[in-house]
Amino acid sequence: MALLEVREMEKRFGSTQVLGGISFSLEEGKALAVIGSSGSGKTTLLRCLNFLETPDRGLIKVKGETLFDADDKASYSEEAIRQKRLHFGLVFQNFNLFPQYTALENVALAGKLREKDKGKWKEIEERGRALLGQMGLSQRTGHYPHELSGGQQQRVAIARALALSPDVLCFDEPTSALDPELTNEVLRVIRSLAQQKTTMIIVTHEMAFARDVADEVIFMDEGAIVEQGPARQVIESPSQERTRQFLSRYQET
Amino acid sequence: MLSLFLIVVNALNEGFLQTLKLFAVTLLGALPLGLIISFGSMSRFIPLRLLTRGVIWVIRGTPLMLQLIILYYVPGKVMGYSPWGTGEPGRFLAASIAFIINYACYFSEIYRGGIQGVPKGQQEAGMVLGMTGRQIFFKVTLLQMVKRIVPPMSNEIITLVKDTSLARIISFQEVIWAGQAFMKTSHGISGLLWPLFFAGVYYLIFNGVVTLLLGKLEKKLDYFK
Repeated sequence: MALLEVREMEKRFGSTQVLGGISFSLEEGKALAVIGSSGSGKTTLLRCLNFLETPDRGLIKVKGETLFDADDKASYSEEAIRQKRLHFGLVFQNFNLFPQYTALENVALAGKLREKDKGKWKEIEERGRALLGQMGLSQRTGHYPHELSGGQQQRVAIARALALSPDVLCFDEPTSALDPELTNEVLRVIRSLAQQKTTMIIVTHEMAFARDVADEVIFMDEGAIVEQGPARQVIESPSQERTRQFLSRYQET
Repeated sequence: MLSLFLIVVNALNEGFLQTLKLFAVTLLGALPLGLIISFGSMSRFIPLRLLTRGVIWVIRGTPLMLQLIILYYVPGKVMGYSPWGTGEPGRFLAASIAFIINYACYFSEIYRGGIQGVPKGQQEAGMVLGMTGRQIFFKVTLLQMVKRIVPPMSNEIITLVKDTSLARIISFQEVIWAGQAFMKTSHGISGLLWPLFFAGVYYLIFNGVVTLLLGKLEKKLDYFK
């Protein structure tokens, strides 16, 4: 059974249809890359999954449990949404670390706020330390975000998203704000997460990375899925003309 | 000679105590009222937003001295009796109200800038991590907002220290009023000029202290960017 199932998801902003009936599913331990030009709805898709936007229509299921059903959205309280969104983690393009907290505090904050028993805070911090170590940042746990490079900040953000053990980890163009040198250190981390069978959805413009790391690729255009399949197949021999057009622009540069 | 000096200093001290009272009351009233007004000026309910911004426009667009004169004298002329009474307490009350309203409007714009200046991504990051709205405000947004408003707030507070002298237009007996009185006759002494300069020293010292304190706060928040 698929870990994540999205059915007929639609979203409009005013009169603009941003998502027009998106359906896909994702198996546990697989990495899905979402590619497409700016404005194709990739980011909105991630924001809907993380309940930062409310879809107008559609269904989101994780492990068979219906997290969201547009026909039933009146029944979702703030509190219910708060619990449901923890099935997903989100890594932002601009990191969005909390500037007043150290790297470790950034990773541990949400966990501590959820744990009333202060005796367990040490465990939460230990886990945060371990996650930062996994990101290659064990020497940086006490640093504030402004003391870290962009690549280091993004790796802290990945650790922060992993700290609450989401079922699906989402990346919204995680390297778009980074220069090429720093891009690689972040991609390396995501690659190792893929090797550890972390279920992921990665919105990215790094085609080679999507081909090598993702199991599946979805190509989106104007709010719809144009093509979907095994990563290597979609990127190296796409079946749709629109996909070919899009990918050819990357080969030129 | 020494007794003359003591008489003047005593009179100035009394005046400065009034200055301090007006300063403290204005700060205590305008800091929270400003926050409420800033919420009004950001309200999604358009009539409230327009009304609030209209009030801010009028209050910031006209001199505080004019507001003082109108608030203190006009009710008496219109109603036939003054709601403020005749003594110093009435003048203090009227001055306090005018100052609180005026400064709350200035503060509200500073708050608004501070709140809107915190990137939306901060709130979203908190939401995605399952924090409640309250947790996001107190644990994420608040300190970033405070950091943003300290420098403009410092400016405004230093201006307030000096602006309290405007209250003498309704005969509020603050420190400049006390100093100027010695140019004519006060406490049986006439024609002294130096008390006026001495009154300036009070402001200098007090603003020095305020600047140091606010500078300390700013430095304390310097550990993050």
